[in-house]
Amino acid sequence: MSVVSLQLGQCGNQIGGELFNLLIEDATKLNPQFFSKSVDSKVNHEYDCEVVERFFTRDKTGNSLNARAVMIDMESKAISQTLSQAKKSGKWCYPEGQQFCQKRGSGNNWAHGFLEHGPKSWERVLDMVQKEVEKCDRFCGFLIFMSLAGGTGSGVGAYITGSLRDEFPHSFILNQVVWPYGTGEVIVQNYNAILTLSHLYRCSDGIVILENDKLQNICSRLMNLKHISFKDINEVISHKLASVLQPVKLFSQGRDAGFYKHATSVRNLLGDLIEQVCPHPEYKLMTLKNIPQMSEKSLAYSTYTWTGLLKHLRQMLIADASMEEGIDWEVKIPVPSNPDGEDYHQRPGELPRLKTRFNKSIANLLVLRGVDVHKSDLASFTDPRLNASWVPSGCATTIWCHPRPFNNYEKSATLLSNSQTPVAPLNFVVQKAWNMFTSRAYVHQYLKYGMAEDHFVDSFAATEQIIKSYSSL
Amino acid sequence: MTQSIVVQVGQCGNQIGCRFWDLALREHASTNKNGIFDESLSSFFRNVDTRYKNPIDIPLGNSKQKIKSLKARAVMIDMEEGVVNEILKGPLRDVFDCQQLITDVSGSGNNWATGFMMYGQRYREQISEVIRHAAELCDCLQCFFLIHSMGGGTGSGLGTSVLNLLADEYTDVYRFTSAVYPSADDDVITSPYNSVLAMHQLTEYADCVLPIENQALVDICNKVSSALPPTKTGKKVYHQSSQCHIKASSAITSSDGGVKKGPEKPFDNMNNIAANLTLNMTSSSRFEGSLNVDLNEITMNLVPFPKLHYLVSSQTPLYSLTDVKLPPRRLDQMFSDAFSKDHQLIKADPKHSLYLACALMLRGNVEISDIRRNIERLKPSLHFIHWNQEGWKTGLCSVPPVGNPYSLLALSNNTCIRHTFGELKDRFMKLYKRKAHVHHYTHVDGMEASQFDSSIESLKWLIQEYETLEAQMGRTVEDIPRLKIA
Repeated sequence: MSVVSLQLGQCGNQIGGELFNLLIEDATKLNPQFFSKSVDSKVNHEYDCEVVERFFTRDKTGNSLNARAVMIDMESKAISQTLSQAKKSGKWCYPEGQQFCQKRGSGNNWAHGFLEHGPKSWERVLDMVQKEVEKCDRFCGFLIFMSLAGGTGSGVGAYITGSLRDEFPHSFILNQVVWPYGTGEVIVQNYNAILTLSHLYRCSDGIVILENDKLQNICSRLMNLKHISFKDINEVISHKLASVLQPVKLFSQGRDAGFYKHATSVRNLLGDLIEQVCPHPEYKLMTLKNIPQMSEKSLAYSTYTWTGLLKHLRQMLIADASMEEGIDWEVKIPVPSNPDGEDYHQRPGELPRLKTRFNKSIANLLVLRGVDVHKSDLASFTDPRLNASWVPSGCATTIWCHPRPFNNYEKSATLLSNSQTPVAPLNFVVQKAWNMFTSRAYVHQYLKYGMAEDHFVDSFAATEQIIKSYSSL
Repeated sequence: MTQSIVVQVGQCGNQIGCRFWDLALREHASTNKNGIFDESLSSFFRNVDTRYKNPIDIPLGNSKQKIKSLKARAVMIDMEEGVVNEILKGPLRDVFDCQQLITDVSGSGNNWATGFMMYGQRYREQISEVIRHAAELCDCLQCFFLIHSMGGGTGSGLGTSVLNLLADEYTDVYRFTSAVYPSADDDVITSPYNSVLAMHQLTEYADCVLPIENQALVDICNKVSSALPPTKTGKKVYHQSSQCHIKASSAITSSDGGVKKGPEKPFDNMNNIAANLTLNMTSSSRFEGSLNVDLNEITMNLVPFPKLHYLVSSQTPLYSLTDVKLPPRRLDQMFSDAFSKDHQLIKADPKHSLYLACALMLRGNVEISDIRRNIERLKPSLHFIHWNQEGWKTGLCSVPPVGNPYSLLALSNNTCIRHTFGELKDRFMKLYKRKAHVHHYTHVDGMEASQFDSSIESLKWLIQEYETLEAQMGRTVEDIPRLKIA
């Protein structure tokens, strides 16, 4: 089934471009080192076809691939840069006429994006979206790339997500949002972030959060980069996303190496993903943890076992680590005698704090890719103590897999988890925004575009509610 | 892509403006080698087919048209003819046409009221018409850059009158003002009056003001020229000689590589600094980069409260050396310098005052990790207001300024500016206590004595606002408890 992507703002367009590039690279590049031994040609062909069906259309000649994407920005530079980079790849490009841009940017102002640009652009954007949806034989939903900090990604993005929900009430909508750096990108980013999140929470089915600070750490510590550019960060983002979005099969344990020939493919990727990971409307935030991640140079000299990878990944989950380096191994799942709700306590005027720092989940999706995937032992991920007590045991962890090595990694595992991870960054953002708001700083810039102060208060209430819900798991 | 119009008023405004156009051409010439009229050129220039008697604009089209004849999106206004005539005789004459020109012969006599009331009234229609013409030639007009001085008559008076007109007729177009403030030892006796009267208008009607102080420009020029090796006659020039270590054309004061030939005039160096300010500020909206900063983002991020829109600016490096192998320390030095007292374009020390917000706009070969490292490094030595501890806005533009591998423009909303304003207030009060020269102003039709009082009140209010904010420096402020969810 096919997914239509929407790329919003400079950040969204850059990430979208990077992701499509990786999807097609991964589908076409065959690394002989792995492929001779593990995957037969039929499975490879199937993989290829699925990638193309899901994310690309073939033009009439059948030779060149067009991404199923609509590009939206209020200013033309980012789009034209992304377009020309796609063309340069020689493997794919963007469909013609599916770019919407205005002449004036949103100026980091959420209200400008949401109240002015959004409504003005909607009609033409809808046209393009419909055109793209009509190209799909089987349409399964929307994937939206945007940032939380800027004006276009956040403001227009929130508006368009809401309008898509009205126009396509039965389609799945998955938003991928980039969480801004703690300091130094956009000064009003915290306002923009809470306004966006509170709106997305109403209309999106699931929100995948990627934090710039953590991504930069990954680039410097795991990828060994000295000068980190946005391109490097976007490459890490697209690696994480693609490791979930590429074709997968349902996992069944204990079979022999041939089981995947008959294993069921996951067709309705977005739908299944959202159904598994976001089972409750109050819990829609997802984060991605993956292992291993390293520079191409070190990759050639590394080998991994499934047992080792999964052990690390599980500890990353419960200790809430964003990468395999510096995991706190002290964190343990508490014994069942420790009653629920005691894990957090909140003194007046203080932020909710974990007593035991164990990171609790609602649901997890584990994606395994690579050689000998059937040999992995997954008992540690199905432990019901990983999850909130009310989650029915047995359906909290979903496992997908594919025998084909992904993006040059012989074995790799990714965890898409709906857990307490977002509480800390969300708390930080709300605190900063609230400090600013109580001094009424920058508020006049938003009121200028017809926003009311109540709008801020509502968004604060909504985000506080999210924090509260997750904290009290 | 959006367009901007530069409105240059008075002698000072036109001189800086003239340098601006020269440097803008130099910058585009260095990035645009094919002579194609592209989008980034279109933001300040029009492409005109002058073969016709009534020259018409060549539309941007698919950005593949050859450059025929470039015309500046400029409006030049002066109430004397000297400077403007000189520009029209000079090498830049072809980028202007006389339709974008308004002059008179008699000058404003260093009197704000003459500029604002008399000429403002007399030329309102004509100015409005010229600006409308320029605006109609824009596809999407984003911003007016107003360049004028504060001390004289035409720049301060007529300049702020034009500002009123723009605020009136183009409500949704941004108004950025580069205002040149007189030094304390300025030779115009009424300059404190003119500055305070003009400031009242700037506070009310501008979106963003970039104050530039004459003395600060002089000091920066001295700093640059002391780094240059002397030539035989003792005069310092930018020629590349064997023992010269500064790269020609890289200095922020230099006109090297522009269309202007021959000896530099005394003020050219200073004016180049002011001209570079506008150029660096707009670079990210004209050229590509991995983190664009559009002009409207500047006000959005740097103006937390209405009317507190005065930004202290600094540009580094002042020059770069011929040795191109630069160790990373030099890059970090650029960041440090941008916060030092002697690189600011006004005589003030932001490091010892309170930051409300700060923007770092980088050009050239700099990555996001370089910015982050330097923010972390500099943060401990700077004071930010308690609700904006992370008050940094950053931008990355991939095209460096001519002659440099990279550059930094720092714009800060900092309470240190209140000292500049305080001194100005004192000088004003010294004169006003005895009502000295006031009659020169009240003689002008339409000028009321109350204008003096309301203007000084406005300035006092502004100083007071910054003082109140600065008083919060270092104090821990009781947080208002967050919303509780039942």
